[in-house]
Amino acid sequence: MGKTIDLTEKDHEISRYKNIWVFIEQTNGIANPVSFELLTKARELAKQLDCHVGAVSIGRSVSHLAKEVFRFGADKFYLVEDEIFKDYRTEPFRDTLSGLVRKNKPEIFLIGATTQGRDLSGTVATELKTGLTADTTKQEIDPQTGMLLMTRPTFGGSLMATIVCPKHRPQMSTVRPGVFKAIPVEHPKEGEIIRGKTNLTEAQIVKKILKKVVSSEGNINLGFYDVIVAGGKGMGNKDNFNMIKELAEVLGGTWAGSRKAVELGYIPQTRQVGQTGQTVHSKLYIACGISGAIQHLVGMQTSDVIISVNTDKDAPVFDVSTYCIVEDAIKFIPKLIAELKKQKLTPVNNEQ
Amino acid sequence: MHALVFIKQVPDASQVRVNYETGTLIREGVPAILNPFESHAVEEAVKLREKHGGKVTVITMGPPQATEALKECLSRGADKAYLLSDRVFAGSDTLATSYALFEGAKKIIELEGEVDLFFTGKQAIDGDTAQTGPGIATRFDIPLVTYLIKLDEVNFEEKRAVATRLTEFGQETLQVPLPALFTVEESLNELSHSPLPWLIKAARSKIEKLSGENINLDLEQCGLKHSPTKVKKAFTPEKRQRGETLTGSVEELVQKTSDILIPFLNKDL
Repeated sequence: MGKTIDLTEKDHEISRYKNIWVFIEQTNGIANPVSFELLTKARELAKQLDCHVGAVSIGRSVSHLAKEVFRFGADKFYLVEDEIFKDYRTEPFRDTLSGLVRKNKPEIFLIGATTQGRDLSGTVATELKTGLTADTTKQEIDPQTGMLLMTRPTFGGSLMATIVCPKHRPQMSTVRPGVFKAIPVEHPKEGEIIRGKTNLTEAQIVKKILKKVVSSEGNINLGFYDVIVAGGKGMGNKDNFNMIKELAEVLGGTWAGSRKAVELGYIPQTRQVGQTGQTVHSKLYIACGISGAIQHLVGMQTSDVIISVNTDKDAPVFDVSTYCIVEDAIKFIPKLIAELKKQKLTPVNNEQ
Repeated sequence: MHALVFIKQVPDASQVRVNYETGTLIREGVPAILNPFESHAVEEAVKLREKHGGKVTVITMGPPQATEALKECLSRGADKAYLLSDRVFAGSDTLATSYALFEGAKKIIELEGEVDLFFTGKQAIDGDTAQTGPGIATRFDIPLVTYLIKLDEVNFEEKRAVATRLTEFGQETLQVPLPALFTVEESLNELSHSPLPWLIKAARSKIEKLSGENINLDLEQCGLKHSPTKVKKAFTPEKRQRGETLTGSVEELVQKTSDILIPFLNKDL
C-alpha cells in the first residue's frame, strides 16, 4: 500500500527552475478573484527575478479566461481542459498539476489559500516533494539569495514567521485572499497559450461527486468578504440577529458571530469567527455585542478597520478596535442601518 | 471496522501571550490540549465503532508529554493509542511530519490490521497549515476528503463511504472507496460525555511507543535537517492599540459611525 515519495532524490540543479506560476482557480468557468491578486504580485516578483509569469488552470473549459489572465499580467497561460475536470476533485487536479510543474519547472508557485487551494496545495507539494508555506500574507524576494521570503501569521496571528524553502523547488505558497490587490497591466499583451492534455479517464477516478449544494445561509468562506458584521451574546436573541444580517447587507458584506452566538443558537457554527471557527482578515469588521474573548480576537484581529459596539467600556474587544462605541448594539444598529440607507439614496459627492 | 485517527497536542493558542519586548511567545504555563478538531475526529471514529463494531486507534507524533492528549482520546473511547516519538523528528515541517506519520501508520497497519478510515482535524490550531492530512493521503495514494461535515454512509461490505464536505460556495457530497482520509470540521458532530467504563479503561490502558527503532524510517526524510521549509525568522506583529472611543448620544454615535462607513458604502453603489 502507498507510493514511495523519495525525498533523497533532491534536484541539485535547482537553477533549472525558472519563472513564477500562479494557479488560476475557477468554479464553473468563473475565476476566483484571488488568482488575479496573485498574478499582480507575481508580476512584481518576476520583475525582480527577471523571469516571466505563468498562469495555470485546469477545468472543463478555461481557455476563455486567457484574456483576463493576460490582462493581469501573465506572459503564458498553461491550461488543461477535459470533461473530467468539470468539478474540482483533489486527485485528478493534483496529478495533472504536478505533471505540469515537473515538466515546466517553475521556481515559485503561488496558489490562493481558499478551501480549494488549501486542499490542492498540500497534496501537490507532497507529490512534488517540495516545501509549502500555508496562508502567507507577504511575499518578497531576498535580494541576496533570490529566494522567496514567505511570511505568515501563526498562533492565530500572535506571531509572524518568515519561511524559506532553500533547496527544493518550486517554492510553493498559498496566499490569503484579499492580501494583495489585483491591478491590471496598462498595456496587456497577447500571451502564449500552452495547452496540455490528460490521459486520465473518468473510469480511473475513484471519487465521485453525488451532489452539490450552493448555500448562502450556512456554509461560507468568510475569508472572501471585505466587510464582516459579527454579533455575539449581547444581541440577546436570535431575532435580534437579523439586524446584524441587515447591516451586513447594507454594507455589501456578510455576517458572522462569536462562539457564544453559536452556543446560544443565534447562528450556525459555520459562521463562527475565532479559534475553532474561521480566521478572517477583512477590510472592515464590525463586532456587535461581542465582549472579545481571546479565542474570538485571534480570529479577527488582523482586520484593517475594527468597529466594536458593546455596553461594557472595558470589554477586551475594544483593545483591538479602531473605533470603540460604548452603547447597546440592539439600540444602535437599527438607527445605523436607517442612516446608512438614507446615505445610500443620497447622490454621492464622490471625492474621498 | 478499523479507524485510525491522527491527532496533535497543541498549546492552547488562546492562552499563548506575546512578549513584545523580546518578540517571542510566552509558552510557560500555557496548557497543552488535544487539537479541538481532533476531538471531533475521535468522536466520529468512536461513533462508527459503536455502530459497526471494530476498533479505533489513535496516533500522534510528538514529545513524551503528548501522552496526555492520547489519554484524552482513550477516554473519549479510542481503543489503542500510539506515541511516535524520537529526536530525529524534531523540527519537522509539514512534509517531514506527514512522512513520519505515514511510516507510523504503516507500522500500525502491520500491528493492528488494515485501516478503513483515516481521520484527522482540518488543521491544528497552533500552526493552522492544514497540510498534514492531505500529505498523508497523498503518500498512501488514497482519496482525500477535507472539511468533512457529515459522514452520510459507510458501507464496509462494498468498501465505500458517502461524505459531505464544505466547499467555497456551500457543500458537496462525495462517494469515495475505502480506505480514504477525512479531515474534519468541528460541526461534524457534538462531543459526547464518556461513560464511566471508558474512563476506567482509559486510565488503565498503556500508551504504545513507536520510534525510529521499531518503525521503518528513512532518516533522510526526517526532522529539521530534511525539511524543505525553514523558519528564517519569527517576530511579533505590531501590537494593536485601542483606537478612538466615539462619544455622544446614540444619534451622534450613529452619525459618526456612518461617516466612517461611507467609503465602504460607496464601493457598493
